[in-house]
Amino acid sequence: MDYLREYFSWLFGEIGDFLTNATTTPHKLTLMVVVILLFVLVMGGILFAVDKPKRVPRWAVTAGFVGPAILAVLFGLVYPAIQTMITSTQNRNGTEFVGIDNYITAFTNPQFQVVLRNTALWVILVPIVSTFIGLVYAVLVDRTRFERLAKTLIFLPMAISMVGASIIWRFVYEFRPAERPQIGLLNQLLVLLGLDSQQFTLNPPTNTFFLIAVMVWIQTGFAMTVLSAAIKAIPDDIVEAARLDGLSGARMFRYITVPSIRPALVVVLTTIAMGTLKVFDIVRTMTGGNYQTSVIANEFYTQSFRINEQGLGAALAVILFVLVIPLVVYNIRQMRLAEEIR
Amino acid sequence: MRINSRRRSAAVAGGLGLVLALTACMPGDDEGTEGGGGGEAAGSEECEPFEQYGDLGGTTVSVYTSIVEPESVDQEESYDLFEQCTGATIQYEGSREFEAQLLVRIQAGNAPDIAYIPQPGLLQTIVRDNPDAMVPAPDETEANVDEFFAPSWKEYGTVDGEFYAAPLGANMKSFVWYSPQMFADAGYEIPETWDDMIALSDQIVADGGKPWCAGIESGDATGWPATDFVEDVVLRSAGEDVYDQWVSHEIPFNDPQIVEALDEVAGILKNPDYVNAGFGDVTTIATTPWTDGGFPILEGECWMHRAANFYQNQWPEGTEVAEDGDVFAFYLPSMTEGTQPVLGGGEFVAAFDDRPEVQAFQTYLSSDHWANEKAKMTEAGGWVSANSGLDVENLATDFDKLSSTILASPDAVIRFDASDLMPGAVGAGTFWTEMVNFFALDKSSQEVADAIEASWPAS
Repeated sequence: MDYLREYFSWLFGEIGDFLTNATTTPHKLTLMVVVILLFVLVMGGILFAVDKPKRVPRWAVTAGFVGPAILAVLFGLVYPAIQTMITSTQNRNGTEFVGIDNYITAFTNPQFQVVLRNTALWVILVPIVSTFIGLVYAVLVDRTRFERLAKTLIFLPMAISMVGASIIWRFVYEFRPAERPQIGLLNQLLVLLGLDSQQFTLNPPTNTFFLIAVMVWIQTGFAMTVLSAAIKAIPDDIVEAARLDGLSGARMFRYITVPSIRPALVVVLTTIAMGTLKVFDIVRTMTGGNYQTSVIANEFYTQSFRINEQGLGAALAVILFVLVIPLVVYNIRQMRLAEEIR
Repeated sequence: MRINSRRRSAAVAGGLGLVLALTACMPGDDEGTEGGGGGEAAGSEECEPFEQYGDLGGTTVSVYTSIVEPESVDQEESYDLFEQCTGATIQYEGSREFEAQLLVRIQAGNAPDIAYIPQPGLLQTIVRDNPDAMVPAPDETEANVDEFFAPSWKEYGTVDGEFYAAPLGANMKSFVWYSPQMFADAGYEIPETWDDMIALSDQIVADGGKPWCAGIESGDATGWPATDFVEDVVLRSAGEDVYDQWVSHEIPFNDPQIVEALDEVAGILKNPDYVNAGFGDVTTIATTPWTDGGFPILEGECWMHRAANFYQNQWPEGTEVAEDGDVFAFYLPSMTEGTQPVLGGGEFVAAFDDRPEVQAFQTYLSSDHWANEKAKMTEAGGWVSANSGLDVENLATDFDKLSSTILASPDAVIRFDASDLMPGAVGAGTFWTEMVNFFALDKSSQEVADAIEASWPAS
């Protein structure tokens, strides 16, 4: 394996060097010719295949379409996943087999228990809160005059990157002593109300909730959009019939709207939950994982790359992986169900 | 911790983005003068010292470092003469993710020719984990180091008896920044001993002020400025022998002497009467960016700020750093008579290839010639070296001269930044995070020391 890896890194190094480091004129010209030849070869192959469809057996067509994807998945996903699992049973630099020691550390060390607790808080709170707000909002603005504007407003944060959003919210939470001019919006409000300014990102465990608020702010737009579309897809005759039977307001929402959009709700919940499990940018940007706000993805990066504890980092990655699997499975099954209904 | 432009710049990344964009647009001016054949561009007299390296025309040496803009500009300028006279091209690349990326590159078989490693601990890790990656320093480099550097500096570049990396720049961390004007107006003297400094702090409190300001926030490296404070105190209260045992884990991290030093730090930085001038209560130390930590001095709200010599570059533009200027620094006093402990740091030049041009460049960087060249190129100050061949007169500012003088003083007992020597899990991990907890969660000295000891790697 090592030999193969070395060979490939040498081969790719040579090819990459040839393709990217053209400094002399003959080299550049050769490179141009090589690229043109490659282009002609690929295009010719495609045109040839298209022109003579009968000659190509079915398996070859299938392989041609699916093969590259499978190869890419094998190389880019399956191989690293297996490698990570192997690394997670090894010590800091992969020289010694340590069994499940890394997992024991991850579950028993108080430092990592805080990380796991935070991740649980994130995964429970973000999907529920953002889906709830998104759903209520979608119902409230549905078919009102200012629907478009209202939806655009709530959808806007989706367009902001996680890092951008985190920087914005860092300013919102920015702390200055009460007697000084405030920079942070939230503390300015507190001071205006005559209260003391607060260190929102510093004091555990509440600081985790203030970070979660950022994710909710971003994800609510997503939940609202999908759910709003689902609500609009409820057949009019059902709504009509319910109305004739005397349903309205909250009862209409409870007995007609929610059951009708259940598949969409589940997909939204699980999608946000998966995104939340992987949250890294917000924590890293806002607190760097300090003040007991770290989550698994952030801790995995810190352990693997900053502290160079690769075994432990890999173990954390595997834990994350295992946690995501049930969500993915459930999500896919629900999507299939939703498709069948349609 | 150490000088690290990445961290400094990370905190001001927003503003720096513009600077980066601007400087990225104008790389042309030094390209024009270099890249010719061997020795044709510069005067023959200037090139004489380079004859030993031979003609290196057409060769390239890649350098990977954590030194980014703006410091990298002076750094690159200091190679110009070497490039002109030998014909070699130095391909400089600075990265804010240096520590993580260097390991990735080594493991991928894509190591740079030369890397400037700021932590001897990381140097050891690389050598031990990747036995074939790093190349021992050539004999000429070793000869330079023997001639120009103190033995302890050579020791930091040595792993298991083999000498790998020569020191490059140095920093001097045992400084307390203050405003000469404020001290003069209030009639305060610069403290000569630790007790004087505490007495002065109490005096300031009695006069209605808050003596100290501090900030340890630094992105994902938050906490490192506090580790420096602790190290400085350990060096003073327990002495250099205990310090060495502490670093090499011959005594545990929660040894009573270390806990005592933490208590001493707490006596200053966790004393609500002393801190955090200009920012708020004690917990604000954890959230105040280290780059801003000393700014209240300029507003007359804070009297003292302990920070390294490279804090000089953090003062806002227009701040005069001089003994009669806006700010200056005094040596953090020792606790016992007749000793002068100094906490230092620096980068080390490690090579991953032994081509002649790489070795030549390595040797050049370890020479007094380069040290003086670099000093001349650093017009605005903010750079010193432990190279004894460095002519102090070439340094740009009085402050750099002071730093250099202290580093070179025969009385100085210099010890390298402990967190840079400890294993990564501690030195770049729990030591930082527990110092954050020390302030943010008000953990006790004993709790902090116990937690760090518990995280010390078994092997």
